[in-house]
Amino acid sequence: MRLITHNMLQCHVKGCTTNNFPLQIQDAELETLEAEFNPGFVQRLIPKLHWGALYHTAVSLGIEDLPEQMPEEVTEDLLRAIHKVALETRVKEGKAVCLGCGHVYPISNGIPNMLLQDNEV
Amino acid sequence: MSSRPEHTAPPEIFYNETEAAKYTTNTRVISIQNDMSYRALELLALPEDKACYLLDIGCGSGLSGEVLEEEGHVWVGLDISKSMLDVAADRGVEGDLFEHDIGQGLGFRPGTFDGAISISVVQWLCNADKQSHNPYKRLSRFFTTLYTCLARGARAVFQFYPESPAQIEMIVSSAMKSGFTGGLVVDYPNSTKAKKFFLCLFAGYAGESGKAPELPKALDGEGDSVAYSNQSIRERQRRGDKHRRPVKDKDWIQRKKELARARGKETANDSKYTGRKRKTRF
Repeated sequence: MRLITHNMLQCHVKGCTTNNFPLQIQDAELETLEAEFNPGFVQRLIPKLHWGALYHTAVSLGIEDLPEQMPEEVTEDLLRAIHKVALETRVKEGKAVCLGCGHVYPISNGIPNMLLQDNEV
Repeated sequence: MSSRPEHTAPPEIFYNETEAAKYTTNTRVISIQNDMSYRALELLALPEDKACYLLDIGCGSGLSGEVLEEEGHVWVGLDISKSMLDVAADRGVEGDLFEHDIGQGLGFRPGTFDGAISISVVQWLCNADKQSHNPYKRLSRFFTTLYTCLARGARAVFQFYPESPAQIEMIVSSAMKSGFTGGLVVDYPNSTKAKKFFLCLFAGYAGESGKAPELPKALDGEGDSVAYSNQSIRERQRRGDKHRRPVKDKDWIQRKKELARARGKETANDSKYTGRKRKTRF
Protein backbone atom coordinates (compact mmCIF):
# COMPACT_ATOMS: atom_id res chain seq x y z
CA MET A 1 0.00 0.00 0.00
CA ARG A 2 1.40 3.36 -1.05
CA LEU A 3 1.13 6.26 1.36
CA ILE A 4 -1.09 8.18 -1.10
CA THR A 5 -3.71 5.47 -0.67
CA HIS A 6 -3.19 5.38 3.07
CA ASN A 7 -3.97 9.10 3.00
CA MET A 8 -7.35 8.34 1.43
CA LEU A 9 -8.23 5.37 3.60
CA GLN A 10 -10.49 5.55 6.62
CA CYS A 11 -12.05 2.94 8.86
CA HIS A 12 -15.36 1.63 7.47
CA VAL A 13 -16.64 -0.26 10.47
CA LYS A 14 -20.33 0.49 11.07
CA GLY A 15 -20.86 3.38 13.46
CA CYS A 16 -17.16 4.30 13.54
CA THR A 17 -17.43 7.93 12.51
CA THR A 18 -15.11 9.85 14.81
CA ASN A 19 -11.36 9.64 14.84
CA ASN A 20 -11.47 7.05 12.04
CA PHE A 21 -8.80 8.79 9.94
CA PRO A 22 -5.89 8.35 9.49
CA LEU A 23 -5.32 4.71 10.36
CA GLN A 24 -2.21 4.34 12.46
CA ILE A 25 0.45 2.15 10.88
CA GLN A 26 2.22 -0.14 13.33
CA ASP A 27 5.07 -2.67 13.05
CA ALA A 28 5.68 -1.44 9.54
CA GLU A 29 8.12 -2.90 7.09
CA LEU A 30 8.63 -0.46 4.23
CA GLU A 31 9.57 -0.96 0.62
CA THR A 32 10.57 1.64 -1.95
CA LEU A 33 9.57 1.03 -5.53
CA GLU A 34 10.52 3.59 -8.10
CA ALA A 35 7.67 5.12 -10.07
CA GLU A 36 7.60 7.54 -12.94
CA PHE A 37 7.42 11.16 -11.77
CA ASN A 38 4.40 12.95 -13.19
CA PRO A 39 4.36 16.59 -11.99
CA GLY A 40 0.84 17.22 -13.31
CA PHE A 41 -0.59 14.31 -11.37
CA VAL A 42 1.11 15.30 -8.12
CA GLN A 43 -0.03 18.91 -8.59
CA ARG A 44 -3.65 17.80 -8.98
CA LEU A 45 -3.24 15.48 -6.01
CA ILE A 46 -2.27 18.23 -3.55
CA PRO A 47 -5.80 19.57 -2.87
CA LYS A 48 -6.99 16.01 -2.17
CA LEU A 49 -4.22 15.22 0.33
CA HIS A 50 -4.70 15.62 4.04
CA TRP A 51 -1.33 17.21 4.70
CA GLY A 52 -1.29 16.69 8.49
CA ALA A 53 -2.05 12.99 8.10
CA LEU A 54 0.60 12.55 5.41
CA TYR A 55 3.24 14.41 7.40
CA HIS A 56 2.61 12.61 10.69
CA THR A 57 2.40 9.18 9.06
CA ALA A 58 5.63 9.80 7.21
CA VAL A 59 7.38 10.94 10.41
CA SER A 60 6.07 7.93 12.34
CA LEU A 61 7.60 5.73 9.64
CA GLY A 62 10.91 7.55 9.91
CA ILE A 63 10.63 9.59 6.70
CA GLU A 64 11.48 13.24 7.22
CA ASP A 65 11.39 14.61 3.68
CA LEU A 66 8.27 16.72 4.08
CA PRO A 67 7.83 20.14 5.72
CA GLU A 68 5.39 20.16 8.63
CA GLN A 69 3.22 22.84 7.07
CA MET A 70 2.18 22.68 3.45
CA PRO A 71 4.25 25.51 1.86
CA GLU A 72 2.28 28.22 0.04
CA GLU A 73 4.48 28.07 -2.99
CA VAL A 74 4.51 24.82 -4.94
CA THR A 75 7.99 24.15 -6.28
CA GLU A 76 9.34 21.26 -8.29
CA ASP A 77 11.32 20.15 -5.22
CA LEU A 78 8.15 19.94 -3.18
CA LEU A 79 6.39 17.94 -5.91
CA ARG A 80 9.32 15.55 -6.02
CA ALA A 81 9.29 15.17 -2.25
CA ILE A 82 5.56 14.40 -2.27
CA HIS A 83 6.07 11.97 -5.14
CA LYS A 84 8.79 10.18 -3.22
CA VAL A 85 6.80 9.89 0.00
CA ALA A 86 3.30 9.30 -1.35
CA LEU A 87 3.90 7.34 -4.54
CA GLU A 88 7.16 5.47 -4.02
CA THR A 89 6.99 4.41 -0.39
CA ARG A 90 4.95 1.30 0.26
CA VAL A 91 4.01 -0.52 3.44
CA LYS A 92 4.84 -4.14 2.87
CA GLU A 93 4.08 -5.75 6.22
CA GLY A 94 2.49 -4.49 9.40
CA LYS A 95 -0.95 -3.42 10.52
CA ALA A 96 -3.20 -0.41 10.25
CA VAL A 97 -5.11 0.39 13.43
CA CYS A 98 -8.20 2.57 13.69
CA LEU A 99 -7.84 4.94 16.64
CA GLY A 100 -11.62 5.37 16.84
CA CYS A 101 -12.87 1.80 17.23
CA GLY A 102 -9.62 -0.12 17.59
CA HIS A 103 -10.16 -2.36 14.55
CA VAL A 104 -6.88 -3.81 13.30
CA TYR A 105 -6.39 -4.21 9.53
CA PRO A 106 -3.44 -6.57 9.02
CA ILE A 107 -1.15 -5.90 6.06
CA SER A 108 0.70 -8.80 4.50
CA ASN A 109 2.67 -8.91 1.27
CA GLY A 110 1.61 -5.29 0.71
CA ILE A 111 -2.09 -6.20 0.75
CA PRO A 112 -4.19 -4.86 3.64
CA ASN A 113 -7.03 -7.10 4.74
CA MET A 114 -10.13 -4.88 4.91
CA LEU A 115 -12.64 -7.66 5.63
CA LEU A 116 -14.99 -7.01 8.53
CA GLN A 117 -16.85 -9.32 10.90
CA ASP A 118 -20.62 -9.62 10.42
CA ASN A 119 -21.31 -7.54 13.52
CA GLU A 120 -19.17 -4.68 12.20
CA VAL A 121 -21.18 -4.19 9.00
CA MET B 1 -26.50 -27.48 -13.44
CA SER B 2 -25.93 -23.95 -14.52
CA SER B 3 -22.63 -22.67 -15.77
CA ARG B 4 -22.75 -19.49 -13.76
CA PRO B 5 -19.85 -19.30 -11.29
CA GLU B 6 -22.01 -17.40 -8.78
CA HIS B 7 -24.07 -20.55 -8.33
CA THR B 8 -21.05 -22.71 -7.58
CA ALA B 9 -19.45 -21.01 -4.61
CA PRO B 10 -18.87 -17.62 -2.99
CA PRO B 11 -16.24 -15.53 -4.83
CA GLU B 12 -13.52 -15.91 -2.19
CA ILE B 13 -13.83 -19.69 -2.59
CA PHE B 14 -14.52 -19.89 -6.34
CA TYR B 15 -11.47 -17.83 -7.29
CA ASN B 16 -8.96 -20.25 -5.81
CA GLU B 17 -5.42 -20.86 -7.04
CA THR B 18 -6.50 -22.94 -10.06
CA GLU B 19 -9.02 -20.35 -11.16
CA ALA B 20 -6.55 -17.52 -10.52
CA ALA B 21 -3.92 -19.26 -12.65
CA LYS B 22 -6.30 -19.09 -15.64
CA TYR B 23 -6.09 -15.34 -15.52
CA THR B 24 -2.38 -15.36 -16.21
CA THR B 25 -1.96 -18.35 -18.49
CA ASN B 26 -5.11 -18.53 -20.59
CA THR B 27 -4.61 -16.08 -23.46
CA ARG B 28 -8.31 -16.11 -24.36
CA VAL B 29 -9.32 -15.03 -20.86
CA ILE B 30 -6.59 -12.42 -20.92
CA SER B 31 -7.60 -10.96 -24.26
CA ILE B 32 -11.29 -10.76 -23.32
CA GLN B 33 -10.44 -9.08 -20.02
CA ASN B 34 -8.18 -6.65 -21.86
CA ASP B 35 -10.81 -5.73 -24.43
CA MET B 36 -13.43 -5.15 -21.79
CA SER B 37 -11.06 -3.04 -19.71
CA TYR B 38 -10.23 -0.84 -22.71
CA ARG B 39 -13.90 -0.44 -23.49
CA ALA B 40 -14.64 0.45 -19.85
CA LEU B 41 -11.83 3.00 -19.92
CA GLU B 42 -13.24 4.44 -23.12
CA LEU B 43 -16.66 4.77 -21.50
CA LEU B 44 -15.08 6.51 -18.49
CA ALA B 45 -14.23 9.40 -20.84
CA LEU B 46 -11.37 10.72 -18.74
CA PRO B 47 -9.69 13.97 -19.79
CA GLU B 48 -7.01 13.17 -22.33
CA ASP B 49 -3.33 13.12 -21.41
CA LYS B 50 -4.03 13.55 -17.73
CA ALA B 51 -3.04 10.87 -15.27
CA CYS B 52 -5.96 10.12 -12.97
CA TYR B 53 -6.41 8.35 -9.65
CA LEU B 54 -8.72 5.42 -10.40
CA LEU B 55 -10.43 2.62 -8.52
CA ASP B 56 -10.59 -0.90 -9.94
CA ILE B 57 -13.38 -2.79 -8.19
CA GLY B 58 -12.76 -6.52 -8.28
CA CYS B 59 -9.29 -6.15 -9.76
CA GLY B 60 -8.49 -9.86 -9.49
CA SER B 61 -5.06 -10.64 -10.85
CA GLY B 62 -4.60 -7.07 -12.06
CA LEU B 63 -5.30 -7.53 -15.78
CA SER B 64 -7.62 -4.53 -15.92
CA GLY B 65 -5.22 -2.61 -13.72
CA GLU B 66 -2.43 -3.14 -16.23
CA VAL B 67 -4.58 -1.51 -18.87
CA LEU B 68 -4.95 1.50 -16.59
CA GLU B 69 -1.19 1.50 -15.96
CA GLU B 70 -0.53 1.41 -19.66
CA GLU B 71 -2.60 4.55 -20.12
CA GLY B 72 -0.54 6.21 -17.39
CA HIS B 73 -3.07 6.23 -14.55
CA VAL B 74 -2.50 5.52 -10.87
CA TRP B 75 -4.92 2.92 -9.55
CA VAL B 76 -6.15 1.15 -6.44
CA GLY B 77 -7.62 -2.34 -6.72
CA LEU B 78 -10.08 -4.16 -4.49
CA ASP B 79 -10.83 -7.88 -4.54
CA ILE B 80 -12.22 -10.44 -2.15
CA SER B 81 -10.11 -13.37 -3.40
CA LYS B 82 -6.72 -13.61 -1.73
CA SER B 83 -5.45 -16.07 -4.37
CA MET B 84 -6.18 -13.61 -7.18
CA LEU B 85 -4.51 -10.79 -5.25
CA ASP B 86 -1.44 -12.91 -4.63
CA VAL B 87 -1.17 -13.51 -8.37
CA ALA B 88 -1.47 -9.76 -8.92
CA ALA B 89 1.24 -9.05 -6.34
CA ASP B 90 3.48 -11.69 -7.90
CA ARG B 91 3.13 -10.12 -11.31
CA GLY B 92 4.33 -6.85 -9.82
CA VAL B 93 1.41 -4.60 -10.76
CA GLU B 94 1.87 -0.99 -9.74
CA GLY B 95 -1.53 -0.42 -8.16
CA ASP B 96 -2.34 -0.76 -4.48
CA LEU B 97 -4.20 -3.96 -3.68
CA PHE B 98 -6.80 -4.48 -0.97
CA GLU B 99 -8.53 -7.64 0.21
CA HIS B 100 -12.01 -6.24 0.49
CA ASP B 101 -15.64 -7.35 0.39
CA ILE B 102 -17.30 -4.55 -1.58
CA GLY B 103 -20.70 -5.45 -0.12
CA GLN B 104 -19.37 -4.19 3.22
CA GLY B 105 -18.89 -0.72 1.79
CA LEU B 106 -15.78 1.18 0.75
CA GLY B 107 -13.62 2.99 3.28
CA PHE B 108 -12.21 5.89 1.31
CA ARG B 109 -12.43 9.59 2.04
CA PRO B 110 -15.03 11.59 0.10
CA GLY B 111 -13.99 12.75 -3.36
CA THR B 112 -10.94 10.51 -3.58
CA PHE B 113 -11.17 8.93 -7.03
CA ASP B 114 -11.44 10.43 -10.51
CA GLY B 115 -13.22 7.34 -11.77
CA ALA B 116 -13.92 3.68 -11.16
CA ILE B 117 -14.06 0.62 -13.36
CA SER B 118 -15.19 -2.87 -12.58
CA ILE B 119 -15.02 -5.89 -14.86
CA SER B 120 -17.39 -8.83 -14.31
CA VAL B 121 -18.03 -8.22 -10.64
CA VAL B 122 -21.34 -6.66 -9.56
CA GLN B 123 -23.44 -9.70 -10.43
CA TRP B 124 -21.72 -11.44 -7.50
CA LEU B 125 -23.38 -8.97 -5.13
CA CYS B 126 -26.83 -10.26 -6.08
CA ASN B 127 -26.15 -13.54 -4.30
CA ALA B 128 -26.54 -14.24 -0.61
CA ASP B 129 -23.60 -16.48 0.22
CA LYS B 130 -23.96 -16.26 3.97
CA GLN B 131 -26.94 -16.17 6.24
CA SER B 132 -26.09 -12.60 7.19
CA HIS B 133 -26.04 -11.43 3.56
CA ASN B 134 -28.91 -9.35 2.26
CA PRO B 135 -28.21 -8.62 -1.44
CA TYR B 136 -30.32 -5.44 -1.50
CA LYS B 137 -28.58 -4.04 1.55
CA ARG B 138 -25.14 -5.00 0.26
CA LEU B 139 -25.75 -3.42 -3.14
CA SER B 140 -27.05 -0.25 -1.59
CA ARG B 141 -24.19 -0.04 0.91
CA PHE B 142 -21.73 -0.54 -1.93
CA PHE B 143 -23.22 2.08 -4.25
CA THR B 144 -23.72 4.73 -1.55
CA THR B 145 -20.15 4.42 -0.28
CA LEU B 146 -18.86 4.39 -3.87
CA TYR B 147 -20.79 7.59 -4.61
CA THR B 148 -19.15 9.24 -1.61
CA CYS B 149 -15.59 8.32 -2.53
CA LEU B 150 -15.87 9.50 -6.15
CA ALA B 151 -15.01 13.07 -7.06
CA ARG B 152 -17.84 15.27 -8.32
CA GLY B 153 -18.41 14.61 -11.99
CA ALA B 154 -16.51 11.32 -11.89
CA ARG B 155 -17.86 8.27 -13.65
CA ALA B 156 -18.01 4.63 -12.74
CA VAL B 157 -18.27 1.93 -15.41
CA PHE B 158 -19.31 -1.60 -14.52
CA GLN B 159 -19.14 -4.44 -16.99
CA PHE B 160 -21.29 -7.25 -15.67
CA TYR B 161 -23.05 -10.47 -16.65
CA PRO B 162 -26.64 -10.24 -15.49
CA GLU B 163 -28.44 -13.49 -14.93
CA SER B 164 -31.91 -12.15 -15.67
CA PRO B 165 -33.69 -8.87 -16.45
CA ALA B 166 -34.74 -8.80 -12.81
CA GLN B 167 -31.10 -8.72 -11.79
CA ILE B 168 -30.39 -5.79 -14.11
CA GLU B 169 -33.32 -3.94 -12.57
CA MET B 170 -32.04 -4.76 -9.09
CA ILE B 171 -28.55 -3.43 -9.76
CA VAL B 172 -29.56 -0.34 -11.75
CA SER B 173 -32.28 0.73 -9.33
CA SER B 174 -29.93 0.32 -6.40
CA ALA B 175 -27.37 2.56 -8.12
CA MET B 176 -29.98 5.20 -8.93
CA LYS B 177 -31.28 5.20 -5.36
CA SER B 178 -27.74 5.92 -4.19
CA GLY B 179 -27.68 9.15 -6.17
CA PHE B 180 -25.99 8.11 -9.41
CA THR B 181 -27.35 9.13 -12.80
CA GLY B 182 -26.61 7.34 -16.05
CA GLY B 183 -27.73 3.96 -17.21
CA LEU B 184 -27.07 0.81 -19.14
CA VAL B 185 -25.04 0.63 -22.37
CA VAL B 186 -25.39 -2.68 -24.21
CA ASP B 187 -22.67 -3.42 -26.76
CA TYR B 188 -23.49 -5.73 -29.67
CA PRO B 189 -27.08 -6.30 -28.53
CA ASN B 190 -27.81 -8.63 -31.44
CA SER B 191 -24.98 -11.04 -30.81
CA THR B 192 -25.31 -13.71 -28.16
CA LYS B 193 -21.58 -14.11 -27.77
CA ALA B 194 -20.25 -10.58 -27.99
CA LYS B 195 -23.14 -8.92 -26.14
CA LYS B 196 -21.78 -7.02 -23.17
CA PHE B 197 -23.54 -5.00 -20.51
CA PHE B 198 -21.89 -1.83 -19.26
CA LEU B 199 -23.48 0.15 -16.46
CA CYS B 200 -22.29 3.77 -16.82
CA LEU B 201 -22.83 5.83 -13.72
CA PHE B 202 -22.21 9.54 -13.19
CA ALA B 203 -21.53 10.85 -9.69
CA GLY B 204 -23.05 14.29 -10.16
CA TYR B 205 -21.69 16.47 -12.91
CA ALA B 206 -18.94 18.99 -12.85
CA GLY B 207 -19.51 21.12 -15.97
CA GLU B 208 -20.72 24.72 -15.84
CA SER B 209 -23.66 24.14 -18.13
CA GLY B 210 -25.68 22.33 -15.47
CA LYS B 211 -26.61 19.73 -18.05
CA ALA B 212 -26.42 16.06 -17.26
CA PRO B 213 -23.81 14.23 -19.35
CA GLU B 214 -25.12 12.09 -22.16
CA LEU B 215 -24.92 8.34 -22.01
CA PRO B 216 -22.19 7.06 -24.35
CA LYS B 217 -23.27 5.24 -27.50
CA ALA B 218 -23.20 1.46 -27.58
CA LEU B 219 -21.27 -0.43 -30.20
CA ASP B 220 -23.55 -2.33 -32.54
CA GLY B 221 -20.91 -4.02 -34.63
CA GLU B 222 -22.63 -3.37 -37.96
CA GLY B 223 -20.18 -4.06 -40.74
CA ASP B 224 -17.56 -4.56 -38.10
CA SER B 225 -16.60 -7.98 -36.81
CA VAL B 226 -17.49 -8.82 -33.25
CA ALA B 227 -14.16 -7.76 -31.83
CA TYR B 228 -13.91 -4.54 -29.89
CA SER B 229 -12.90 -1.46 -31.79
CA ASN B 230 -11.04 0.52 -29.12
CA GLN B 231 -12.35 3.53 -30.98
CA SER B 232 -10.76 6.33 -29.04
CA ILE B 233 -7.36 4.66 -29.08
CA ARG B 234 -7.51 4.24 -32.84
CA GLU B 235 -8.60 7.82 -33.29
CA ARG B 236 -5.71 9.03 -31.23
CA GLN B 237 -3.33 6.98 -33.34
CA ARG B 238 -4.85 8.40 -36.51
CA ARG B 239 -4.48 11.94 -35.24
CA GLY B 240 -0.83 11.12 -34.85
CA ASP B 241 -0.38 12.15 -31.25
CA LYS B 242 3.41 12.21 -31.41
CA HIS B 243 3.95 13.39 -27.84
CA ARG B 244 2.57 10.24 -26.32
CA ARG B 245 5.31 7.91 -25.30
CA PRO B 246 4.23 4.29 -24.91
CA VAL B 247 4.24 3.44 -21.24
CA LYS B 248 5.38 -0.14 -21.72
CA ASP B 249 8.55 0.77 -23.60
CA LYS B 250 11.95 -0.86 -23.28
CA ASP B 251 12.79 1.03 -20.08
CA TRP B 252 9.57 -0.09 -18.50
CA ILE B 253 10.22 -3.72 -19.38
CA GLN B 254 13.78 -3.43 -18.11
CA ARG B 255 12.53 -1.98 -14.83
CA LYS B 256 10.02 -4.78 -14.37
CA LYS B 257 12.66 -7.39 -15.13
CA GLU B 258 15.10 -5.93 -12.65
CA LEU B 259 12.36 -5.88 -10.04
CA ALA B 260 11.61 -9.53 -10.73
CA ARG B 261 15.32 -10.39 -10.51
CA ALA B 262 15.62 -8.53 -7.22
CA ARG B 263 12.79 -10.69 -5.95
CA GLY B 264 14.61 -13.78 -7.10
CA LYS B 265 12.26 -14.75 -9.92
CA GLU B 266 13.11 -16.43 -13.16
CA THR B 267 13.47 -13.76 -15.82
CA ALA B 268 14.22 -13.89 -19.54
CA ASN B 269 17.70 -12.75 -20.53
CA ASP B 270 18.18 -9.23 -21.88
CA SER B 271 19.01 -8.91 -25.52
CA LYS B 272 18.64 -6.53 -28.41
CA TYR B 273 15.21 -8.04 -29.00
CA THR B 274 13.93 -7.04 -25.56
CA GLY B 275 10.78 -4.93 -25.90
CA ARG B 276 10.48 -5.37 -29.66
CA LYS B 277 7.27 -6.40 -31.34
CA ARG B 278 7.09 -9.80 -32.97
CA LYS B 279 6.49 -9.86 -36.67
CA THR B 280 2.83 -10.38 -37.42
CA ARG B 281 3.38 -13.60 -39.33
CA PHE B 282 4.55 -15.27 -36.15
